[in-house]
Amino acid sequence: MIPELGHFTLALGVAFGFAQAFLPLWGAARGDARLMQAAPALALGQFLALGTSFFCLAWSSAVSDFSVLNVAENSNSLEPLIYKITGSWGNHEGSILFWCLILSLCGAAVAAFGGNLPSSLRARVIGVLGAAGVGFALFALLESDPFLRLWPPPVDGRDLNPLLQDPGLAMHPPILYTGYVGFAVPFAFAVAALLEGRIDAAWGRWVRPWTLAAWCFLTGGIALGSWWAYYELGWGGFWFWDPVENASLLPWLTGTALLHSALVVEKREALKVWTVLLAICTFSLSLSGTFLVRSGILNSVHAFANDPARGVFILVLLGLVVGGSLLLFGLRAPVLAASGIFAPVSREGALVLNNILLCSIAAVVLTGTTYPLFADLLLGEKLSVGAPFFNATVFPLAMPLFAAMAVGPMLSWKRADLGAALMKLWWAALVAAVAGVVMATRAALLPALAFAAAAWLILGALADLIERVRLFRIPLGASARRLMGLSRGSLGTTIAHAGLGVTIAGIAAMSLAHAAIVLLHPGETAKLGGYDWQLVNVHDADGPNYAARVATIRISRDGRLVTVLAPERRSFPVQQITTTEAKISTNGLRDLYAVLGEERDGGAVLRLHVNPLAPWIWFGALIMAVGGMVSLADRRLRVGAPARRAAVAAA
Amino acid sequence: MTRKHRRLILVLACGAGLGSAVALTLSAFRDSVAFFVSPSEIAAKAPPAGRSFRLGGLVEAGSLHRTMDGARPAATFEVTDGHATVSVHYIGILPDLFREGQGVVALGTIAPDGSFRANEVLAKHDEAYMPKEVADALKKSGHWNPAAGPPPPAATWNDMTVTGAKQAKAGG
Repeated sequence: MIPELGHFTLALGVAFGFAQAFLPLWGAARGDARLMQAAPALALGQFLALGTSFFCLAWSSAVSDFSVLNVAENSNSLEPLIYKITGSWGNHEGSILFWCLILSLCGAAVAAFGGNLPSSLRARVIGVLGAAGVGFALFALLESDPFLRLWPPPVDGRDLNPLLQDPGLAMHPPILYTGYVGFAVPFAFAVAALLEGRIDAAWGRWVRPWTLAAWCFLTGGIALGSWWAYYELGWGGFWFWDPVENASLLPWLTGTALLHSALVVEKREALKVWTVLLAICTFSLSLSGTFLVRSGILNSVHAFANDPARGVFILVLLGLVVGGSLLLFGLRAPVLAASGIFAPVSREGALVLNNILLCSIAAVVLTGTTYPLFADLLLGEKLSVGAPFFNATVFPLAMPLFAAMAVGPMLSWKRADLGAALMKLWWAALVAAVAGVVMATRAALLPALAFAAAAWLILGALADLIERVRLFRIPLGASARRLMGLSRGSLGTTIAHAGLGVTIAGIAAMSLAHAAIVLLHPGETAKLGGYDWQLVNVHDADGPNYAARVATIRISRDGRLVTVLAPERRSFPVQQITTTEAKISTNGLRDLYAVLGEERDGGAVLRLHVNPLAPWIWFGALIMAVGGMVSLADRRLRVGAPARRAAVAAA
Repeated sequence: MTRKHRRLILVLACGAGLGSAVALTLSAFRDSVAFFVSPSEIAAKAPPAGRSFRLGGLVEAGSLHRTMDGARPAATFEVTDGHATVSVHYIGILPDLFREGQGVVALGTIAPDGSFRANEVLAKHDEAYMPKEVADALKKSGHWNPAAGPPPPAATWNDMTVTGAKQAKAGG
């Protein structure tokens, strides 16, 4: 009964989606106020229908209703309840339904918070969101129905892939999908602006918070995925330039560019056409990233299903959404008049430089990710593009970006004095240069440069803050008051830029990591990175749905016990999969990391890592997301309460 | 500075950004793209030593030997596509799903003695999985017609042709 309700509400959601895609757009084109007014109700209706539908799927999974094919294939009665629930978005069918649910949530959010938008703009935005999503909801209903029944029902399910039975990964898809799909809102605003033929500063003020929110989620989602790869896959690395990772990085790069160019639209009414194009590209990359990987067209360890029929349906949908919006852009972009003049050396100029570099990096990553596909299709050559390619192309382009990032926020709008900005940063530059030279004696050129960039970014952000509060030039109390009075927007920028510096420091420090693969018998000790790693024993341990072998490793330094790690190898009988559970001990400045490999000759093969500063990689990403949220708090105040802003200005 | 001037600077900046992106891409493609090679292609024309590439095929049944390289655990095994075999030497921990008779992809270089030194061995986390490149190589070598159903079990491959290929190699 519950699965049928889910199936019915999914169909209802598709019906709402068609109505949402056509009626408001038609009403806006004809100037019919009644049709335009229907938009918020339709968006809320679609959200309620799809929300009920997804709830039914999660419910079926939670109560282990194995008469539902999807549940039988991806769940097991012995699984902990939390993984039964999270498993509902950890598979192909469930993840597509979940994707549609988040998109309908975006539509509902615009409906709920968009009360102060011009009614035709709001109707168009909601309509475009409906049009972008309805195809995928239809796809979920027709081609990847999560509610298919199975008769006779099996006694037990086939279990969720053990790699996905992990708290980090349980939260990864919702956050990442919210980030991906959140870019649908700036996309809808861009398409709506093309339909309206008008963009002004108010448009920029509307687009930026949505972009910022999506960007925060995407940053968090990527960081969580990378952290999961680090501790769960047990390879000791954090980023493998796998197609699915690149697919999430691409919208992040263009989304970051969009964030900055929307600022120029908002403050200076320049770069309008470019911003619209970026918004369209960002969502297109989100869409193709999600679905190209899922459809199995790009060869990845993450692909769920390789069903050609599904691939074709998704390709057609992608072509319609991406091609349609780009065609509209080509036809309508000339209508949007350019305005706002600025000198090359100015805040706008720095933001343009940011956009050029970010988009160049995105272009390079896109080329590397899709080249194997084209080489196979066009040249018949089988090849793979791996980490060496991306390292050799991305970092040279990222370095000038890092260099400009500390200076940009110090430049004034319209026309700026570069020399004066650099004078304020002399000590940051000095420390960065020293850091770079010191590291160059211990590491290769690229990590040394990265260390310098990290120091430059963190100290540059600090210098910017000091400059804004006039620290040491006015009494401390006055500085503190200035700090409290700083606009959240610029505070957020400072925090996020410093966060990137922290992440870069973590990535650069990976070049100083020590790793070794050793065969130890119980009682034997290996030396690595100044630590003594003693294998105490290897014993059996059983979990709820797996059996495990656990190695106990005592790690000491100069005779003093530092920590005890117990890495595991888990065997999941239902799926006949063995996974390695790496164990990590961190103190914030370095990770001790141990993986248990195979056992042979009474001993155990261990892979041991000492990774300095490794936690900084994800900690920095967290800081970036927090910076985004701080900035978001500012936007809400200003968008929601213009009167209050006037009062502050008067004071 | 006129409007024209500013537009020129903007266009030049974009050109510089894209130009360096293209230059970096082309130079990196020259040395860091790993081609996929099957054992028969190595037998026909060995890639130059030192060039990194991906070798794919099936792990020949009974060919896996776990050894030690100094203090480090190592493994040697044979990779076959039915026509030819290549001996692979790998230092490190084999992936959990590495099995004899199943598909494998190894990344590494060819050594002067004609064996393959793997830096990385990949086996996908799925029992029934055959890496796409391996499946294509099998199709190409004429051992599997995809229209006739799933690929035959690896054991039969080894019996059918590998011994023949080895004899041919020893004779030639």
